[in-house]
Amino acid sequence: MTPFAHRTGRRLIAGLPTAWLIALFVVPFLIVLKLSFSEMRLAVPPYAPLIEWRHGWPVPILHFSSYAFLFADPLYVRSYLYSLKVAAVSTAICLAVGYPMAYAIARSSAVSRTALLTLVMLPFWTSFLLRVYAWIGLLQNDGLVNHVLLALGLVHRPVRLLQTDFSVYIGIVYAYLPFMILPLYANLEKHDRELLEAAADLGARPVSRFLRITLPLSLPGIAAGALLVFIPAVGEYIVPSLLGRTDQIMIGRVLSDEFFENRDWPVASAVAILMLLLLVVPIILLQRLERRAMEARS
Amino acid sequence: MKPVGRFPRAMLAAGLVFLYVPIASLIVYSFNNSRLVTVWDAAHSPTLKWYAALLSDDQILRAAWLSIRIALTAATAASVLGTLAGVALARLGAFRGRALLAGLVPAPIVMPEVITGLALLLLFIALEEAIGWPRGTGAVTIALAHITFCMAYVAVVVQSRLAGFDGSLEEAAMDLGARPATVFRRITLPLIAPAIAAGWLLSFTLSWDDLVITQFVAGPGSSTLPMVIFSKVRLGVSPDVNALATLLVLAVATGIAAAAMLLRYRDRRRMRDMQLAAADE
Repeated sequence: MTPFAHRTGRRLIAGLPTAWLIALFVVPFLIVLKLSFSEMRLAVPPYAPLIEWRHGWPVPILHFSSYAFLFADPLYVRSYLYSLKVAAVSTAICLAVGYPMAYAIARSSAVSRTALLTLVMLPFWTSFLLRVYAWIGLLQNDGLVNHVLLALGLVHRPVRLLQTDFSVYIGIVYAYLPFMILPLYANLEKHDRELLEAAADLGARPVSRFLRITLPLSLPGIAAGALLVFIPAVGEYIVPSLLGRTDQIMIGRVLSDEFFENRDWPVASAVAILMLLLLVVPIILLQRLERRAMEARS
Repeated sequence: MKPVGRFPRAMLAAGLVFLYVPIASLIVYSFNNSRLVTVWDAAHSPTLKWYAALLSDDQILRAAWLSIRIALTAATAASVLGTLAGVALARLGAFRGRALLAGLVPAPIVMPEVITGLALLLLFIALEEAIGWPRGTGAVTIALAHITFCMAYVAVVVQSRLAGFDGSLEEAAMDLGARPATVFRRITLPLIAPAIAAGWLLSFTLSWDDLVITQFVAGPGSSTLPMVIFSKVRLGVSPDVNALATLLVLAVATGIAAAAMLLRYRDRRRMRDMQLAAADE
């Protein structure tokens, strides 16, 4: 029996946010879907009409030219594959860096834990844009990293670090590290120490204890963190714009360029729909993980 | 308790260095006299000239003011909508449309921003054609867009917090005769107040820092601070942006320190109240 038994109250509490999200999230997405089946026109708005009236009934007009265009030009397929690759590599690096950090925080004393978590989260509360910008100065030819490399004698000329795959990986890992650490920490913190003690009593070595107890138990945290980094990384726009290559762009920039520079709204919409199709499986996985975590908590 | 191994601790230290060196470099070079941000001009540095330039830059100040106003509006509206959604999902049990709301709420969080931005702009254009509103894009459309994705974060935070408490406190209140509105006001709301506050702060941060979605739904006349910063830094480093970043880091650090002190004061007072109550018995 819930306290909110009053019917109008219930309808309002649930109905208001639902109505908002339908109006400002579902409907716009449907418009994108419909527009992807349209064609560019020199008109205001710059696309062919979406429906025509036949015998008094609205019938949607479907053009597949936008999708055909995307598959015909290898540039787009390459961009999709490149985006998936960059996102996957960045996620892997982020996991490699974030897991030990989350592990160390989870194993610290209660007092240190709060301080450490605050330290990890503080950059997140500043600005995403400014944090990515900081790397421009660091990775430039006359930037801090090259200064250090030259001073240490590791190189004799400045190394080209910006506008490479490497700079994009660094940018994404740096910006998304808190998203990896938090779910990992939330999972690792709940592990029962007694399991590990029992294993130690039975003679297991530390590495073995980690591989056979901690790691398997932390898989949901790994999955959550990895998906929380991978999914937005595929469509990243800011990091590749500021730090990325000019000869191979990621799909987020492709969408933006199609829309703002080529003014081809139908193709931009098709890019968006295909991007979503690519991400549908990871998104569903993430939703399922989160629902399970929510149910476990209540 | 088993001590932490050396490798994780070393990685933690290295990771924290990795997290803070870029921020530190932003701050240090904001005091550098040279426009070449990474070459320290020892003869004329440190200097405050970039801060002076920042505070007299009309474009930046106007953009900052717009961003703050939009963020205040968006955070507040998103907190209301998000709280409603979080309460609905955590406390209303099964209701018709629950699956829909449960599926919709996390969607803005996982959806890539370029797609959300494109979709919302197309909506506003279609709306303007159909009913004549909104008249062009601008602060209103930006705010509407921000509210949409911010409310999702608030909903997740509030729902998460409520899920941690079972309904027994509220049920007890009802058994004692309280009406639903009273229960909500005097039991549920105080329980989730920290979550709502956290959600408000999160929404404020996400809104005023948002670039991608805002670029889609902003009009020619309205530039938010991230848009101005982005157009500046696309061309390379810009020391006044460093000054802005330093001020921001200062503000955030101060805010976090203040919040930490507030929490500690509250905890200490509660501890004292409990001790006094125990002493009375």
